Amino acid sequence: MSTTVEPATAGTAEPISIHGQAVRRGDRIFRGVSLFAGITILVIIGAIGIFLIWRAIPSLQANTANFFTTSAWFPDQTPNPVFGIAALTFGTLFTAAIAMVLGVPVGIGIALFIAQYADRRLASTLGFVTDLLAAVPSIIFGMWGLSFLTPHMEGLGQWLNDYLGFIPIFRNDLNQYSKSILIAGVVLAIMVLPTISALSREVLTQVPRSTIEASLALGATRWEMVRQAMFPFARPGMISAAMLGLGRALGETIAVALILSASNVINWHITEPGGNTFAANIALKWNEAGPIGLSALIASGLVLFAITLVVNTIARGIIARHAEFRESS
Amino acid sequence: MAKRIDIANLDAYYGTFKAVGDVSLSIEPKSVTAFIGPSGCGKSTVLRTINRMHEVIPRAYVTGQVLLDGEDIYGPDIDPVNVRRTIGMVFQRPNPFPTMSISENVVAGLTLDGKKRSKAELDSIVERSLRQANLWEEVKERLDRPGGGLSGGQQQRLCIARAIAVQPQILLMDEPCSALDPISTLAIEDLIEQLKADYTIVIVTHNMQQAARVSETTAFFNLPGVGQPGRLVEIAPTERIFSNPTQEATEDYISGRFG
Amino acid sequence: MSTTQMTPAPATEPALHDLLAGRQLPRWAPLAAAAAGIVISLLLNLISAVDGVAGTAVVAAILFVIFQTGWSLRVEGRRHAVDRLATTAVYATFVIAATPLIAVLATVFVKGIKVISMTFLTHSMRNVDTQGPGGGLQHAIVGTFQQVGLAALMGVPLGILAAIYLVEYTADAKSSRLARAIGFVVDVMTGVPSVIVGLFVYSAFILTLGLPRSGFAAAIALAILMLPVVVRSTEEMLRIVPRELREASLALGIPRWRTITKIVLPTALAGIITGVMLAIARIAGETAPLLLTTFLSQSFNYNAFKGPQAALPTFIWDQFTSGTQASQDRAWGGALVLITIVMLFYAGARLIARFTGVKKF
Ligand SMILES: Nc1ncnc2c1ncn2[C@@H]1O[C@H](COP(=O)(O)OP(=O)(O)O)[C@@H](O)[C@H]1O
Ligand SMILES: [Mg+2]
Repeated sequence: MSTTVEPATAGTAEPISIHGQAVRRGDRIFRGVSLFAGITILVIIGAIGIFLIWRAIPSLQANTANFFTTSAWFPDQTPNPVFGIAALTFGTLFTAAIAMVLGVPVGIGIALFIAQYADRRLASTLGFVTDLLAAVPSIIFGMWGLSFLTPHMEGLGQWLNDYLGFIPIFRNDLNQYSKSILIAGVVLAIMVLPTISALSREVLTQVPRSTIEASLALGATRWEMVRQAMFPFARPGMISAAMLGLGRALGETIAVALILSASNVINWHITEPGGNTFAANIALKWNEAGPIGLSALIASGLVLFAITLVVNTIARGIIARHAEFRESS
Repeated sequence: MAKRIDIANLDAYYGTFKAVGDVSLSIEPKSVTAFIGPSGCGKSTVLRTINRMHEVIPRAYVTGQVLLDGEDIYGPDIDPVNVRRTIGMVFQRPNPFPTMSISENVVAGLTLDGKKRSKAELDSIVERSLRQANLWEEVKERLDRPGGGLSGGQQQRLCIARAIAVQPQILLMDEPCSALDPISTLAIEDLIEQLKADYTIVIVTHNMQQAARVSETTAFFNLPGVGQPGRLVEIAPTERIFSNPTQEATEDYISGRFG
Repeated sequence: MSTTQMTPAPATEPALHDLLAGRQLPRWAPLAAAAAGIVISLLLNLISAVDGVAGTAVVAAILFVIFQTGWSLRVEGRRHAVDRLATTAVYATFVIAATPLIAVLATVFVKGIKVISMTFLTHSMRNVDTQGPGGGLQHAIVGTFQQVGLAALMGVPLGILAAIYLVEYTADAKSSRLARAIGFVVDVMTGVPSVIVGLFVYSAFILTLGLPRSGFAAAIALAILMLPVVVRSTEEMLRIVPRELREASLALGIPRWRTITKIVLPTALAGIITGVMLAIARIAGETAPLLLTTFLSQSFNYNAFKGPQAALPTFIWDQFTSGTQASQDRAWGGALVLITIVMLFYAGARLIARFTGVKKF
């Protein structure tokens, strides 16, 4: 390969010398292999996009309805397939929004509790416990949501209808409270808690002691100190934490598939049965889909991929910028 | 507005560890008192008991009395939040709030109470405090820039401005120059000289020349042995401590034979 | 107030005591407020203005907050009242988070333990009527171990090598730019939904390359899902290996790759194993990618490369959605087995981390 390299001196059979060819080759191979592993990761992400686009095209060409504004999902209908992602987009965004409204304050509250309010020994135990929440498989959350949470949320649904029913989203005309977007949102909120609290806790514990003491020494109460010294410092990290949680809520599949009744309609009454999401729709329709049906599901998956990619890129971008800023200052 | 401080039979603990024991001393109003002594003898600890910052450390507590013009700041109806507002503190490392601008830093203590203040009023407080801290001329063009962008010495003066913006009665300084270069140190020492006209100042320093330059009174703390609580050895006019100390330990320390 | 004027007039200065004093609620104030809230809520329950355990608890909590905040507002002032309110809220978030965790674990245990038996653990569903009781999930345990094992065989070496590249071979500007890109993609990959990875394996390997739907196809999806976790944890472990150690070895004339394999990796080994176990715990319960890439089987299949193969998550899915009492019971039994396996990996990772002093986890 390279003629300029000195041959290994005779006698030193062990390839130890820095100039030895064997050494160079060993290093080159090892470096090449690990570079290959790194590149593979780049290739995978690119391949996900390319293959999804490629396999989505047949159904998009066959579709006789507008992909973006149609709610119905009949891709295997012959001769005129009809399907679109309007209801899926609605259900996905709405369940994720509920998850954010409930999950972000609670997740940040837990992080704050562990970082500032609990004593240190208790804090590390509690950190472990919230991490356990992350280890529970999502199918189990779905089963729990369906068989335990649903009956317990009926009272809340009725209460919302009785007292807040003048707000359209809380009205329930069917007097049925199971399999609703609200229940799916609540389960998603629980599932994103560990994601949000783990990263928030990390940034909140990074707030320098000196900054905290500066605030206390000015006569701040604990909460005033949290708002003055901790939150501004940790804000970029907490925003990214919320975005990562959002990414998880948007893409969660099995829990939502078990809870929702999977009807592709747009229903603003969030306590009534109904609604569907991108991910749940894929899991539920997969085994009954024909060739165009599979391609249509892949097309919807492509949209979900794009959405989560954007959300995660923004979240990571915020973290990266902040880390650079902190290193340079 | 400056007040006198009387500390009586003070013990300070971190959990079960007694860091300093049996400290009694008096500090005159409008004077500069220096705490000197070897590292770990409890100077910072005693200083932080004077504005009840000691107890923000988990499981830390004190016994004994700290009187501010005769008022026990550890009394039952005293609010530590008010004590800290009345007794300002400057730390060893400059610690301006990194996310705030210079002017926001200055009024950070004032805005805590959530009262509405006019912009003109806040501006005048910013200017007055920065002038008192000898920083106004250097930063008046960039008040809305981050406080973290200043040099170390400027940051420390910003912290002093922040502490005096709430018009405290007393200013506590824990080795305010130890992280600074000699020129910045001189600037701070000049500032202390000016501030003592209005404030009672207590300064911890490991630099004996600095104690001699800025203080009227010096308290020497020592550590009798490893694991034992630190003690106040003697407190006397600075001149006497440096020329003619009554205790042998003080003499050893200032002549560099020890510590 | 005089304190905000440019030159304070000493004459109007408030008395020192007023400056320092602040009336505080007694230590038992929160307890008293809580007791009052609970008692009143129970009374409301008795006269049936409130009903249900949850309703009573919520009303008690709201009353507690109102009592404590109001009392504090009167005695201590606005700032302390807000502080107490915030403290209550922060503590409450913790209760709110702990409740579902306990409820989930308790539900799984109570419902799952009913069907756990020797038969359940050692049999498959072959020739068992799904509508009726009986049968077991050993075929699913076998499938899960094979699929996860294959995934680890692919994902772990790839992840560790990629982490080595990121840490050890990025000195020059060009490779450090590449490393930043890879690092960013790894982070983004953590957030790619598992169902998308399933779609990808289906489109690329099954539709395009003609691989059959099988345990192996599922393993490819799981490997992709565990990859970012392995890369990140390995990377962190490699970064905390002291530079002196590397330099000492290089200075002895030991080539870089031998330094990495003989010095750096062994030093970081405990941490890397911890990360791998956490990654396995994460993928073992994945359901969506398996639904897309395998066919469910009711029987043993020891060959992950051929034919339908069960796995615990798909077993649970199948039984739960079959909808009879007996099948739902089996689903809960499967959930208990799955969560036990996941928690064992999780706890094992923690134990290794603790006993070898790996701080990060
Ligand atoms: N946060 C703390 N927790 C436990 N011990 C502490 C803490 N801060 C200081 N100490 C101990 O208290 C003693 C006095 O410390 P300090 O007051 O900082 O000394 P000085 O300021 O004179 O150097 C030392 O033994 C020190 O180890
Ligand atoms: Mg000190």
